[in-house]
Amino acid sequence: MGFKHKDIIALRDLTKEEILLLLDTAENMREINSRDIKKVPTLRGKTIINLFYEASTRTRTSFEIAAKRLSADAVNISPSTSSATKGETLLDTAKNLMAMKPDIIVMRHAISGSHYFLAKRLPCSIINAGDGAHEHPSQGLLDMLTMRDRFGRLDGLKVAIVGDVTHSRVARSNIQGLTKMGSHVFLAGPPTMIPTGAEQLGNVTVCKDMNEAIDGADVVMMLRIQLERQGKTLLPTLKEYSRYYGLNPENLKLAKKDAMVMHPGPINRGVELSSYVADGDQSHVMKQVENGVAVRMAMLYHVSGGELVE
Amino acid sequence: MGDGTTVILDENGTKRALTRIAHEILERNKGVSDLVLVGIRTGGVHIARDLARRLEEIEGEPVAVGEVDITLYRDDIKGHASHLPVGKTDIPFTLEGKRVILVDDVLYTGRTIRAAMDALMDHGRPTIIQLAVLIDRGHRELPIRADFVGRNVPTSQKEIIQVQFNDENRPVDVLLQK
Repeated sequence: MGFKHKDIIALRDLTKEEILLLLDTAENMREINSRDIKKVPTLRGKTIINLFYEASTRTRTSFEIAAKRLSADAVNISPSTSSATKGETLLDTAKNLMAMKPDIIVMRHAISGSHYFLAKRLPCSIINAGDGAHEHPSQGLLDMLTMRDRFGRLDGLKVAIVGDVTHSRVARSNIQGLTKMGSHVFLAGPPTMIPTGAEQLGNVTVCKDMNEAIDGADVVMMLRIQLERQGKTLLPTLKEYSRYYGLNPENLKLAKKDAMVMHPGPINRGVELSSYVADGDQSHVMKQVENGVAVRMAMLYHVSGGELVE
Repeated sequence: MGDGTTVILDENGTKRALTRIAHEILERNKGVSDLVLVGIRTGGVHIARDLARRLEEIEGEPVAVGEVDITLYRDDIKGHASHLPVGKTDIPFTLEGKRVILVDDVLYTGRTIRAAMDALMDHGRPTIIQLAVLIDRGHRELPIRADFVGRNVPTSQKEIIQVQFNDENRPVDVLLQK
């Protein structure tokens, strides 16, 4: 089967089969990243613009490397150097970029839905590199690939997601993707940070505390406390947060013996993840980053057909 | 078997052709030292494994087999090719200084071979690349020819050549459908 989308904005929009295709392609892209000549000619002549309205090192670098390994030309634009600071609207910026004929725009924006807004108005492909508290599909896919590498399947896995779920686009993409693939997601976090109606997203259980969520889990995914996003109102002190919702060698014992520990980065050491766990044998954080390049190569490859195939 | 289908090579014919190719490879390369086989997914991989078994039977030494997927090297990516799944490339040895026999089941336009050679070059610099195919059906669009051919079959572009494999992925027979 083929991939029929012009854009990838949310895992909610993809079927199980389409997610599987992206994961399979990513798995086979990894071979390129391990050889001396890390480049294939697939997207030769394509222009990709990385438009990042929010700070990012990992994701932007990862998308840029992915584009270059497929031989596309990648240009980075960040807000400090763009006309957004001069008051240009998103649509005006996008139309100006469009006049330079890019094939794919990879965008991160603080406003959820801004990608749908552009996708409807621009002929090029739009890939979401994070939109507000909505979705971060490349992160969701790389997390699922990392889990599948380890277990050989996603079906039937017990995945605990702990932290600020309300503000986390990483959590939303993982919930959308994992529940489609047959995993069971358990959420835990301060009550102010768990969205109401989370159970309606599928096979999701909201737990009363962290121990309940990680008890017997195959995967423990810790979310980053986003101090820049939730302000200071939702959280008394970081110390208190760490005591109730931080992962340490003690509470990790509640999970399955060789449970995977995952974190989307950047880690607040000593807050959501103790250094013992972050650097421990069960941590898969570096594998997540490694898989990120392959997953993004797969996304760029599959949207680059341009026209829809019937 | 439906109307308009002819058997070009039956099971014995296929075996004899591959045995002959194995002997020709050994003669041309003076044995199996530094020799590796790389099959083009998926038919070419099955043929390469079959050839490797025959080479080992004759020489008593194993010959390494790699697999190459050419999807990312296709020249029609602007069309619909990017909707295709990407297969696995697996060349678990260095190509540096090796004599590489590139193997495919059917040689047609030559575009697949061009793509496969580009892929091989990105894995290292072999001493030599030779091409072995079970069937050469003509209609080349690039200046490419095979070094070892099981059977030359004149075809029209409307006809379809099908190499059939058994459950163990060994080639059985070759059919031509009008």
